[in-house]
Amino acid sequence: MLLSTITLSDYLVLSGLLFSIGVFGVLTRKNAIAVLMGIELMLNAANINLVAFSKFIDTGLNGQIFALFSIVIAAAEVAVALAIVISIYKTTRTIDLDKEDTLKG
Amino acid sequence: MIEHYIWLIPFLPLIGAATNLLIGKKLPHAAVNIIAVGSITLSFVLSVITYVHLVSLPVEQRHFVDVVYTWIGLGSFQVNLSFLVDPLSTVMILIVSGVGSVIHLYSVGYMHGDKRYSRYFGFLNLFAFAMLLLVLSNSILLMFVGWEGVGLCSYLLIGFWFEKIENARAGMKAFVVNRIGDFGFIVGFLLLFTAIGMKTGTWSLDYGTIKSSIAIVPTAILTTVGILLFVGATGKSAQIPLYIWLPDAMAGPTPVSALIHAATMVTAGVYMVARMNFLYVLAPDALRVIAIVGALTAFFAATIGLVQNDIKKVLAYSTVSQLGYMFIGVGVGAFSAGIFHLMTHAFFKALLFLGSGSVIHAMSGEQDIRKMGGLAKKLPITTATFLIGTLAITGVPGFAGFFSKDDILYSAYISPYGGKFIWLLGLMGALLTAFYMTRLVILTFFGKPRMDHHTAEHVHESPKTMTIPLMILAVLSAVGGYLGMPGAFGVHNVFAQFLEPVFASGFKLPEGSLSLEWILMGISVLAAFSGIGVAYYFYAVNTELPAKTAERFKTAYTWLLNKYYVDEFYLKYIVGGVMKLKDLLSLFDSGIIDGAVNGTAKLGKKLSDFDGAFDRVVVDGAVNAVGDGVVSAGGVLRKLQTGLVQNYLIFAIVGIALLLSFVLL
Amino acid sequence: MLSNYLLSWIVFTPMIGFILVLLMPRDKVAWIRWTAAVFTFIPMILSFYLYAIMNPSDGGFQFIEKYSWISAFNIQYYLGIDGISAPMVILTGLLGFLSVFASWNINKAHKAYFALYLLLVTAMFGVFMSLDFFLFYIFWELMLFPMYFLIGIWGGPRREYAAIKFFLYTLAGSVLMLVVILAFYFNSTDPSTGRHTFDIVTLMNQANQGPFIKEFWIRLAMYIALFIGFAIKVPVFPFHTWLPDAHVEAPTAISVILAGVLLKMGAYGLMRISFPLLPDMARYTAIGLAILGLINIVYGALVAMAQTDFKKMIAYSSVSHMGFVILGLSSMTFIGFNGALMQMFNHGIITGMLFLLVGVIYDRAHHRDLNGFGGLATYMPIYAGITSLAFMGSLGLPGLSGFIGEILVFLGSIKVYPVIVIISATGVIFTAAYFLWAYQRVFLGAANEKYKGIAEINGRELFTLIPLVLIALFFGVYPVPFFNLVGPSLSKLLMMVGH
Repeated sequence: MLLSTITLSDYLVLSGLLFSIGVFGVLTRKNAIAVLMGIELMLNAANINLVAFSKFIDTGLNGQIFALFSIVIAAAEVAVALAIVISIYKTTRTIDLDKEDTLKG
Repeated sequence: MIEHYIWLIPFLPLIGAATNLLIGKKLPHAAVNIIAVGSITLSFVLSVITYVHLVSLPVEQRHFVDVVYTWIGLGSFQVNLSFLVDPLSTVMILIVSGVGSVIHLYSVGYMHGDKRYSRYFGFLNLFAFAMLLLVLSNSILLMFVGWEGVGLCSYLLIGFWFEKIENARAGMKAFVVNRIGDFGFIVGFLLLFTAIGMKTGTWSLDYGTIKSSIAIVPTAILTTVGILLFVGATGKSAQIPLYIWLPDAMAGPTPVSALIHAATMVTAGVYMVARMNFLYVLAPDALRVIAIVGALTAFFAATIGLVQNDIKKVLAYSTVSQLGYMFIGVGVGAFSAGIFHLMTHAFFKALLFLGSGSVIHAMSGEQDIRKMGGLAKKLPITTATFLIGTLAITGVPGFAGFFSKDDILYSAYISPYGGKFIWLLGLMGALLTAFYMTRLVILTFFGKPRMDHHTAEHVHESPKTMTIPLMILAVLSAVGGYLGMPGAFGVHNVFAQFLEPVFASGFKLPEGSLSLEWILMGISVLAAFSGIGVAYYFYAVNTELPAKTAERFKTAYTWLLNKYYVDEFYLKYIVGGVMKLKDLLSLFDSGIIDGAVNGTAKLGKKLSDFDGAFDRVVVDGAVNAVGDGVVSAGGVLRKLQTGLVQNYLIFAIVGIALLLSFVLL
Repeated sequence: MLSNYLLSWIVFTPMIGFILVLLMPRDKVAWIRWTAAVFTFIPMILSFYLYAIMNPSDGGFQFIEKYSWISAFNIQYYLGIDGISAPMVILTGLLGFLSVFASWNINKAHKAYFALYLLLVTAMFGVFMSLDFFLFYIFWELMLFPMYFLIGIWGGPRREYAAIKFFLYTLAGSVLMLVVILAFYFNSTDPSTGRHTFDIVTLMNQANQGPFIKEFWIRLAMYIALFIGFAIKVPVFPFHTWLPDAHVEAPTAISVILAGVLLKMGAYGLMRISFPLLPDMARYTAIGLAILGLINIVYGALVAMAQTDFKKMIAYSSVSHMGFVILGLSSMTFIGFNGALMQMFNHGIITGMLFLLVGVIYDRAHHRDLNGFGGLATYMPIYAGITSLAFMGSLGLPGLSGFIGEILVFLGSIKVYPVIVIISATGVIFTAAYFLWAYQRVFLGAANEKYKGIAEINGRELFTLIPLVLIALFFGVYPVPFFNLVGPSLSKLLMMVGH
């Protein structure tokens, strides 16, 4: 009952909030780990959307399967990203992103 | 026989010269002497043989040519090294080799101890070669070779003691002044060459060819050629206006002055005129010019001689004056008289110079007659011989100069090319000659000695090698004149008769009357004696008088003493002019001509600079502007590339937001 | 065998030396020098041999070597020699060899020096032997290149200026020449093949020249262009100012080559090319040529008198002496031509001698200021003696070869240009004046203490001078062999160009 009163827009609002928090984190945090966490939030906001649309609009399980894939890939991505962060730390002794501007033109 | 060995006469001294110049330094003096004196003496012997041979021939055959080889052969234009033997050249070779031998011998004593002994004799022999070549040559071109050769030797010997720069300068002056004369000489024979060639088609400079075709050349050209050739003679024979080198030439060793600058080389001009007599008789105006120049020179040089104080300078001006007489002789058409005076002058002037050499030798090199005096006692032979020479030159009857000078003065009087004016100048000259020669003798040999003590102690008679030549020449000066006794004495003039064939083609002097001849002779004897007398009075009786006279006629005296300032005039206007001209031209060359070249180069460089600038600014500018635009745009845009990932994301998000707002709104 | 390719051997023997020198290590100075000596000695001997076996009475070209080289343009490798070029070849051989010994004290970059030197010798021989216009031009230009470096690297303080001046000046002349060469080429037909030709001998035949270059103004322009090209080399006033600079800066040996051989090329070019190819124009402009000759003689002498640099004085004396050549050529008479060619040869011998003599004193005193010596005859009697001989030869004293050339030029020209000859004859006065004046300043007077103990001329220097002295003396007293050598060819030339 309770579940049935939760509509699609509720999910979308939730995921929108999560995504915005994620973006905010990515843009404002100086710590690379915190930026990664923000990225995780954004990915999961997308996953919520996938599952929600699967539940309310699609008839099959395509969206939910897609969300599973996404979770797996996000896990791999975090592993790679953390490795990069560690190697950056090893060379520069910092993970403060404001100092990592070697690509500056 | 001798016809084919004529070439030995000049070439023997040449061989001597070559030997002494190349290896003489390593030879002992005795060997040098033998080579030098021997070669010229052999030439003299051969000359005598030639003479004997020539007189053995009938008169009309006394003329032969010894061709040695073809010197220049250009098709029809041939110049042979060939020697012409005729009475004139025979007389000349006898004088040159004879007087030459004597002077060579004298030099052995005079040059004793000189550090360039062998070189001296080499040059002297070379001179003998050139002079013999000059008188023996059979063409003008070959004569010119000798002509220049004697000039070279004169240059080398005047500047023999080159350590003193004055000597070197005197040598150079002699050569360059001679070259001015040579310019006239060259132009003269070039004109003659072309005039004859154009008329006859025969291009030749041989005397024979010229003689045979001279008649068809217009008189105007002959006169021009005659005068131009005479310009050469004024250089070589020291006549006005080119006589200035001869007094300076006394810087050379005294035997050189005797041989080259008195007896032989300076008479080359006279010889040349006599040799070209066939041309001159067709150009009477040229003869008149020669006679007038000769007479003026005879007179003016004598006036300068009056006041000179250097023993050799007096003799030098005397030589210039006597050469003037020779030119009067040949100028009035009395060629044999001119050559006769040439010969007697060679005897007595060589004698006087050698005598002065002996004096200078005794005086330890002093040449100023004011510092001499009373030498007669210590130098008996020199004094006696010098006196004979003086009697000969002043024209005292019986001595050589008397006959020859008289012959000239008489010819000048009666010749259509001469006249009373020329005779008068000659007579005045004779008077002055008697005066300055007497003055010279008295001041040098008589009176009180005026030299310093040290010099006086060293005065001594010269060695035999020097006195024997003096004696030989004294004898010749005394008796040489009898060869040419004038007709007035009722004998044949042997000398003139001998030379007759050479001058036969020429014109004959008008017959003068016997009484006129005697009168003129009397006048010139009177002139000679009055000159001697006045000088005796001035310098032996009333010795105060010369100084007083000099004081009284101060201006005239100064002018004479300074030789009429002719040298100064030439130096200022002619030499100075050339010096200015050469500096001007040099400036023109480096300024204008080279300036134009460098200017062209500069212009070229300017042009290329401008081209370069255009290329850089406009063409390259456009290309660079594009590049620069891109670079500066990139410079602005690269600011976006902060290197911070978060910034990029902001751009991305803002971009998306903007896109969305465009799409949705 | 040898005589078939004699000319090629002469031209290219120095080239072999050039290659050998290039292959040698640069520190083996003695090897390099002697290689240069040997490879200039051989062509010299060959050039003497050439004189011995050639038949001068013929007057035509001999020892001809004629091969097609660049057939597309009908360019030939065409060598030949006649009485006009033979004396020049001999002169080149002689001076080429002797100058090696004057180069003994070159003190830097020996290898490069001698290599360039040998190349220069090859080019000079080539110029005098080429009978193909194109080949002539190649050798002519080839000569420039080593010369530029020889002056520019081994020269005196202002060497670069002098070298560039020389190079540009000569190049300017050769460009004009090139234009004329092409004009001839495109307006010529070889009668045997019908093609255009560079063959000088063929071009000499007026019938083989096309109608375009028969036009008066065209011919005049061509003549003048060619003349300027050659006049620069002679050098004719007012194109002479490169010469004093080049001479003063060049090392001794190169001055000798410059004066002795290179200056001859201008006059040779006139005789070999300008006169026979454009005879009508040569006649038309002869009077101008005579006037230029006059200016050269008198002007050169006066400017020489003003110089204080020994070498510069001799350089200007060259200008004066080459004026005689020009005057002789302008006369268009047999005697004048003979005089001109004789004068060319003599000038090579005597001026070569003079430059060698300046080199001797420069090596010792390290300056050439005529006023800075004085009394050297005391310390260096032999040197002073040879110098006086060379001076006398140069001022035209009879008995030395210089006189023969000058007097023949006068004798040959007097009937054509009496006034010009008379004015030119004043040159004899000025020439005597400046030579004797220079001699007096350097050698006579009190001995200058500064040069006490200066070394007398040495054996090597004497070795370079004595042959030249002997030649000057020999041709002074017996020039007939020379006239026999050049006479027939000059008559041929005269037939083409004479009045």
